[in-house]
Amino acid sequence: MFVSLKAFLVGLMPGSWEWIVRPIISVAAIIGTFAGLFALTTVLERKGLGRIQNRYGPNRVGPFGILQPLADGLKAMTKEDIVPRAADKIVHFIAPFILVVPAFLALAVIPVGRNMAAIDIDAGVLFFFAVGASTEMAVFMAGWSSRNKYSLLGAMRGIAQMVSYEVPLILSTVSVIMIVGSLSLVTIVNAQAGYSWILPHWFVLTPWGLAGFILFMIAATAESNRSPFDLPEGESEIIAGYYVEYSGFKFALFFLGEYIGMFAVNGMAITLFLGGWHAPLSFLTWIPSYVWFFGKLFCLVALLIWVRGTLPRLRIDQLMNFAWKFMLPMALMNILAAAIWYFMPAGFVRWAICLGLVIGFYYVLGHALFAHKNLTKRVYRYAE
Amino acid sequence: MTAGFAILALLTVASAVAAMTLRNLVHCALALAVAFAGLAAIYLQLSAQFVGFAQILVYVGAVAILIVFAILLTRSGEPVAGSVFSGSWIAGVGIAAAVFAVLTAMIRSSRGLARRIPEPPQAAVRDIGDQMMSQYVLPLEVVGLLLTAALIGAVLIAMREKDRP
Repeated sequence: MFVSLKAFLVGLMPGSWEWIVRPIISVAAIIGTFAGLFALTTVLERKGLGRIQNRYGPNRVGPFGILQPLADGLKAMTKEDIVPRAADKIVHFIAPFILVVPAFLALAVIPVGRNMAAIDIDAGVLFFFAVGASTEMAVFMAGWSSRNKYSLLGAMRGIAQMVSYEVPLILSTVSVIMIVGSLSLVTIVNAQAGYSWILPHWFVLTPWGLAGFILFMIAATAESNRSPFDLPEGESEIIAGYYVEYSGFKFALFFLGEYIGMFAVNGMAITLFLGGWHAPLSFLTWIPSYVWFFGKLFCLVALLIWVRGTLPRLRIDQLMNFAWKFMLPMALMNILAAAIWYFMPAGFVRWAICLGLVIGFYYVLGHALFAHKNLTKRVYRYAE
Repeated sequence: MTAGFAILALLTVASAVAAMTLRNLVHCALALAVAFAGLAAIYLQLSAQFVGFAQILVYVGAVAILIVFAILLTRSGEPVAGSVFSGSWIAGVGIAAAVFAVLTAMIRSSRGLARRIPEPPQAAVRDIGDQMMSQYVLPLEVVGLLLTAALIGAVLIAMREKDRP
């Protein structure tokens, strides 16, 4: 439907304008849709966290507090923009934009529906991670230019975490790329089309796909600096990390960049493992494809909100150990499992071998990592 | 030479010059990152997608961050007093100009330039992957082994020795 609408709008313009009108429509659609989703998600997140923490959450503005993001946005725009006197003015000004622009760029390659990828390039996965890599620079710029110790500490933590978790994030996508044999996201989605009986051919329903999906989601949570990996923000430790010196709309831009980045990486997870815009059951294909994509997106976002409300924050050494000692070997073993899957004939044996490999390695690795740890119940001297 | 190339080239050269001349070392690192990104854009304009994206991923995402970390961990990051030019900068410029002139002369006299520019191949990323995994698999493995050895060596140097009293 939206594809034909776009074609109709392009048709309205004179032919010589087509080269400029076509991208503008795509860009406007992406920015409008995901900025709207951002507004909706902030209120859902606050409501959800409120429910988990046994309080109300926003409920004053509009019915059920649904207009809260509008009020927040107006407040952010009317606030005074304070820049610290010692701050590096130019870098301090540019940093929020460097964060937001790549986040939106990353969304451009994700197919949100049938024929609904803004650009389908041959190296889509590479493009996604290349633009994702530039957010680290933005985090550093924000933290360093503020001339604040807490900002700098937050930026250092953020960069260390992002660099570490980028490795398992990319390695967990390698298994999918190996099976599909293409870096194009549209091809990856098409490879997951079709149904056996009523079940879809999603990669998450294979042993290596499930392991890869879980690894990808953990790394993605860390990559978008969300709880339990929100050390760079750490309200109780370093106030708010790298954006502590930002106020007004620049702060809102950081918030926006973080959520858009979260949507982008979740969209990537959907594309790689959850069959993109394909319907989950064969008799549900009559529902439009974009409904499925955004439905899956909401499910993943809800999962992240749930995780945020449930798990406590990690310590920095736990974070690094987890990335390098657990995630990295698991991702490498997952690549091996995917390779075995690719070369063995389809059937029960293939399933059993891959599943055994992944679960067995998980078991051995977990026991090896906990072997020398003396884990007992923690005793509090005064609290009990 | 198209307008796009001119803008990118200007941006890249300007930020490279800025990386050399700015007073604040962190600003230099950021300008260097812009220069890397400009180079990547030029690769993309030549429809070398893999090289372009790998350039951003490796240089902007990793090398620039590494430089910045090194600056922050080794010195305060405050701007240096005095001139950024070293005493012998005229000699340096002379040598650079001479090298540039020699390179230009070599390139202009080579026969490669006279050949017609071939059409950019389609699905280049896939071809690179195939070549890497079939024809050039041994060099790839050797490079991987070398990098792993370097990594282990770096860790060994950085590791705190426990036996020391």
